[in-house]
Amino acid sequence: MNQAINKLTLKDYTSDQEVRWCPGCGDYAILKTIQKLMPEFDQPKENQVFISGIGCSSRFPYYMNTYGFHTIHGRAPAIATGVKLANPELDVWVITGDGDALSIGGNHTLHVLRRNVDLNILLFNNEIYGLTKGQYSPTSKVGTRSPSTPQGSIDLPLSPCAVALGSGAAFVARSIDTEMKHLSAVIKIAHAHKGASFVEILQNCPIYNDGIFENIKNKKIAADFRVEIEHGQPLIFGKENTKGIRLNRETLALEVVTIGEDCPLEDVLIHDQTNLTLAQLIGAMGSTNDEGFPVAVGVIYHNPKPNYVDDLFIQRERLRQDKDKGNLNALLRSGHTWEVA
Amino acid sequence: MAVEAEQHQNIVVRFAGDSGDGMQLTGTSFTLATALHGNNLSTFPDFPAEIRAPIGATFGVSAFQIYFGSEDVTTAGDEVEVLVAMNPAALITNLQYLVSGGLVIVDTGAFNKKNLAKAKYASNPLEDGSLGAYRVLAIDIHSQVIAAVEEFGLSHKMALRCKNMWTLGLVLWLFDRDKQSTVESLLTKFANKPDIANANVAALNAGNAYGETAELPSGIAVYKVPKAKQAPGTYRNVDGATALSWGLLAGGQLANLGILFASYPITPASNLLHTLAARKDFDVITFQAEDEIAAVCAAIGASFAGSLGVTSSAGPGIALKQEAISLAVSAELPLVVVNTQRGGPSTGLPTKTEQSDLLQAIYGRHGDTPLPVVASSHPGDCFDSAIEAVRLATKYMTPVMLLSDGYIANASEPWLIPDFDDYEAFPVSFHDKPEGFKPSLRDAETLARVWAKPGTAGLEHRIGGIEKSYDTGDISYDPDNHQKMTDTRKAKIDNIAADIPLQDVHLGNDSGKLAVVGWGSTYGAIHQAVKRSIREGLDVAHIHIRHMWPLPANLQELLSGYDNILIPEMNTGQLVKIIRAEYLIDAKALNKVSGQPFKISEIEDAIKSQLS
Repeated sequence: MNQAINKLTLKDYTSDQEVRWCPGCGDYAILKTIQKLMPEFDQPKENQVFISGIGCSSRFPYYMNTYGFHTIHGRAPAIATGVKLANPELDVWVITGDGDALSIGGNHTLHVLRRNVDLNILLFNNEIYGLTKGQYSPTSKVGTRSPSTPQGSIDLPLSPCAVALGSGAAFVARSIDTEMKHLSAVIKIAHAHKGASFVEILQNCPIYNDGIFENIKNKKIAADFRVEIEHGQPLIFGKENTKGIRLNRETLALEVVTIGEDCPLEDVLIHDQTNLTLAQLIGAMGSTNDEGFPVAVGVIYHNPKPNYVDDLFIQRERLRQDKDKGNLNALLRSGHTWEVA
Repeated sequence: MAVEAEQHQNIVVRFAGDSGDGMQLTGTSFTLATALHGNNLSTFPDFPAEIRAPIGATFGVSAFQIYFGSEDVTTAGDEVEVLVAMNPAALITNLQYLVSGGLVIVDTGAFNKKNLAKAKYASNPLEDGSLGAYRVLAIDIHSQVIAAVEEFGLSHKMALRCKNMWTLGLVLWLFDRDKQSTVESLLTKFANKPDIANANVAALNAGNAYGETAELPSGIAVYKVPKAKQAPGTYRNVDGATALSWGLLAGGQLANLGILFASYPITPASNLLHTLAARKDFDVITFQAEDEIAAVCAAIGASFAGSLGVTSSAGPGIALKQEAISLAVSAELPLVVVNTQRGGPSTGLPTKTEQSDLLQAIYGRHGDTPLPVVASSHPGDCFDSAIEAVRLATKYMTPVMLLSDGYIANASEPWLIPDFDDYEAFPVSFHDKPEGFKPSLRDAETLARVWAKPGTAGLEHRIGGIEKSYDTGDISYDPDNHQKMTDTRKAKIDNIAADIPLQDVHLGNDSGKLAVVGWGSTYGAIHQAVKRSIREGLDVAHIHIRHMWPLPANLQELLSGYDNILIPEMNTGQLVKIIRAEYLIDAKALNKVSGQPFKISEIEDAIKSQLS
């Protein structure tokens, strides 16, 4: 079997279904990256399962030649939890979007992360509702004009990574749809993490929210708008690598500094992916109206903790050690019984 | 005491007190002693939604009613002959159930100014003559119990907690029941607190001895209730929630499937979750989800992965689950959904019973989403109807709605324990052959879609809620295909009518002047009412439906053989609507939505008025 796995290629993971996303959609790039990555995981193909909710991103499972279940809006984490509880051997992926995971399905996202169910959760964040024709989403920036907010949206957006961290996620990362190398690297680490791994993928919607991540993606300017984070490395960014992020120890807030001018290199914050407080600060950067902050891409938080499914079965096995396997006739006759002759 | 014993074929006793007085424990202990004594019985726990209401408040009164005797007993009885009222609030709220000349036992220690005021008594009913129509046994149980447990050095408050056991001791004496089963269960329950255990046993013994030795007022005597003639075998008491839980475990074994039971706490359905959570020695995993929707979705996920997904709730929770149940209909996956119905709408009467979710069960989804509906009719029947729900779900790859209600979930009855080896297995076979596999494959006879679970090599496939091609299982928006798929989903469920038993007549002739047609927990009351009416010479039959959808194949023909059809329901008329709509039969409704089960007399009266 292992030999057969090694021979698999992107083609083996491509289903016979015609892909129905709009031309230029960022989802194509994510699909290609994952199809290419799948053979690298040490898993029989029949054990890989993709579960999705509703929305553009949630069509994803149809295009993967694995087991897949396109379910209902917002509920993929709950359905995936059931899959994993029924068969913990399966390698279960959840494909979701900003509306699916953070609006209608917010409660399930919160709890699947809190329980730390061993799932790979990929949230395609395009900051808009695509499949329903362009309404603003819970991650849209304030002022987003859409059919439902013609004068501009007025409610504050959520940062998916901040929500995930607040929910108790043990693995939180961010990457970008079209950057195959970065995305592959992040997903590999996410997949190796035992427990719920949460990856926000910034994804362009060319129809309803085109260019929303242009600053972060355009090679000419991206260096000033994003910081690539790595455990143990300083948070340095900018075209000339002259800008840095420093923790102001009096305000307990981050600040952008110019290295060598208002801050020596050794005062620049070193990324520690096991530090939850720093992860919350770093994960939220660039997500609100704090202009000047770069968006962090890479592994924001990675700090393994016990996971629900393992613990459930450990608990069950411990209990079963002192008990005979369930005998129904004995169960029916347990407690007080009496004979009538 | 030289008082002659009173003979009774059947009798109804009701215990009532504060929700913190332990009336449910008193009732279940008395029930066990009565079952061991050899009587038939049926119980009705009647408690408020408040866990510990303010002491002495009328809305905090908790009651437990038991009907027992030598005949077949299928309801908790109409009229109470012995009422135990632990305080004024219990008396004022329960006296309405006591027959004229009935016995009321009261604790005078609780009839103080404060409690009388809380119960809104202008004067003390024990002194103002207002209880003249009843026989009153007034005892200062407060003082009696304090004296009885003095040696254990409990605080005043803890000592008084034993007053329910003192009272039970007296009532056990009054009905000539053995107290040993209560002693044993107290010693087990308080195994880690020997002082509490011993104090309770002492209180029980003291109450019992009080009956033996005290000078009771004239006219109060031991009741003699002869043993019932019961079919031979091993018996136990069982309540509906327990029997239903065990039925699910049994169904899982017969189908050779592991079960994921995913649920969210809700009254009165939570006991299923509790019962199964304690049975990890069986092949069941319980999952307390974050909400009702997550619960049904986790169950669906488990079914996709090759387990049997089961979810459970009461009406409001079922409403939340319905979108996901429609997904299971579309994806054609097995699923069992248990609805322990309660009084609605909205929060309604959470601890009271109703049958008002039949239409929700059959029709309450979006789109055309037919599914089988099975209803349990009494506690013991919950076991078999749960097995039937599992059988249909796995054989036809469909969600099945299993209806119980707050009455049968909590009520208990003696149950002739079946031999599980006598049940026919219905093992599921998963598809495992890659040749020619498509997720749209169907069994030619049952029309059930193929079950191919993740982990099976070569069968990788996708399913979902979008309409699927009949031929390939791929997404299809083709108009003719949607027609065909809708027709197929309907035909699959309609065909089940050929795989369920023909409707029988429970009591009476298979044609005649009147058939009383029931479903669910009205079984007991209808049975007694029809039995009594037949005894009086009336031409009436009892038909009780288990398969609510699809209906049994012969039902229309059977009903057509009666001049009149009467359908008693604890709703405003749901089955009657279906019978009229399906068969164009002019069935008449008898409806009650008070949160209380039907009384036998209410159905008897309706039978008489139908036949007059």
